[in-house]
Amino acid sequence: MAVLEPHKFTLPLTEKDVRSLKKGDLVFLSGIIYTGRDAVHKYLYEGHEPPISLENAVIYHCGPVVLKEDNIWRVTAAGPTTSIREEPYQATLIEKFKLKAVIGKGGMGEKTAKACRDFGCVYLHAIGGAAQVYAEHIISVKNVYLREEFGDPEAIWELEVKDFPVVVVIPAS
Amino acid sequence: MHSNVVPLLELIRKTSTDLPEDVRKALLKALEEEQKNTVSEYALKIMQRNIDLAKGKSQPLCQDTGSILFYIKTPIGFDQKAFEEEIKEAVSLATDKGYLRQNSVDSLTGKNSGNNLGPGTPTIYFEQHSHDYLDIRLILKGGGCENVGAQYSLPDTTLGAGRDMKGIQKVILDCVTKAQGRGCSPGILGVIIGGDRSTSYSASKKLFLRTIDDVNPEENLKELEESLLKEANETNIGPMGFGGKTTLLGVKLGVLNRLPASFFVTVSYMCWSYRRQGIILNNKSEIEKWLY
Ligand code: SF4
Repeated sequence: MAVLEPHKFTLPLTEKDVRSLKKGDLVFLSGIIYTGRDAVHKYLYEGHEPPISLENAVIYHCGPVVLKEDNIWRVTAAGPTTSIREEPYQATLIEKFKLKAVIGKGGMGEKTAKACRDFGCVYLHAIGGAAQVYAEHIISVKNVYLREEFGDPEAIWELEVKDFPVVVVIPAS
Repeated sequence: MHSNVVPLLELIRKTSTDLPEDVRKALLKALEEEQKNTVSEYALKIMQRNIDLAKGKSQPLCQDTGSILFYIKTPIGFDQKAFEEEIKEAVSLATDKGYLRQNSVDSLTGKNSGNNLGPGTPTIYFEQHSHDYLDIRLILKGGGCENVGAQYSLPDTTLGAGRDMKGIQKVILDCVTKAQGRGCSPGILGVIIGGDRSTSYSASKKLFLRTIDDVNPEENLKELEESLLKEANETNIGPMGFGGKTTLLGVKLGVLNRLPASFFVTVSYMCWSYRRQGIILNNKSEIEKWLY
């Protein structure tokens, strides 16, 4: 009987890693990922420099619920949000920062798919609604950026994840 | 004063963190039937894990805690105004406690009210019944699935759908196909045939008060529900659009009279995170019974 084997990766991803993935592959990511949704995408698209290097990074379309307890941030819910809203901006960011993966839900458009092929990026689908499961796979919050400007859900959260489960929907090759 | 706030808060907490039995059963059945060792089966397993985690930690099933829809039956002569204030207090408290996300945004300025209160939020429907207790039901309906709902006006020439059973079936399946996995499938449809543009949408959501496993007493609607469910599950859209056997967990249909000139078919889509609960509240403000 066939077994669904996850492709396990420790971040950052290389272009070779990304190009080895096929549509429908199950992927477990471990390492650092960054959340970014509408405000962040527009901000970077308009040419502002990011507060941290996003070179070769993985971006997660997610507005997490984060609590501060004893001065430590803890993510309590972190499912994906609908990705298509970032379609106008995503391709530019993939090119500019050589993003290696974008995580979200619901898929993206042709412009993003082309950028994935051209620049070696992959779009990964998280399971919508699984806010508690994803929160479990986030082992720590490393930092938060642009929180003053955009508020909690829209800020860039630097998250350390372990075996973060996602499915390849738009491959690079 | 405000003695109903505590049970109302408990109703909101349970609705947001604990899926009703019929939904759990339907998702479990979907998992059992799905082809093994596929990403679709994997997605359904993650959903199971999510359900257990949310309940165990008493934290929201999904971070989008959605539109807050209250359906309330009151004794005749009941003070609805005062009760509405208590509901608002409970909603605001539930937001503070993290059972609800801050989900009420000014449509012009983009400002978030921060407590889920504002024009149109929460939504409260009152009706009277001839009992001395309150029947309070709550649905939390997320934005992702709300966005894939659709209203069709028959005849629809682009789809080739006329004002007949075939036409009705065609537009409903069109909605399922267009939604793909974006409403967080496997979902549940609430469909109203007839009505006007607004009555049909609100009635279609009210159908989500039914349980997944209930049976429509109208024979022709029952048959249509069954055949739509079967056809939707043959589309191979599957959980989250990954392909597979279960695209929908259920279809609920209702009918309203219409004007001779109009023929609307209105589809509301509910995601797998089908948050619905209800209580019977006695006149001592005690929860006598959980309804789901
Ligand atoms: S549609 Fe998906 S993301 Fe939205 S509330 Fe439902 S499960 Fe959550």
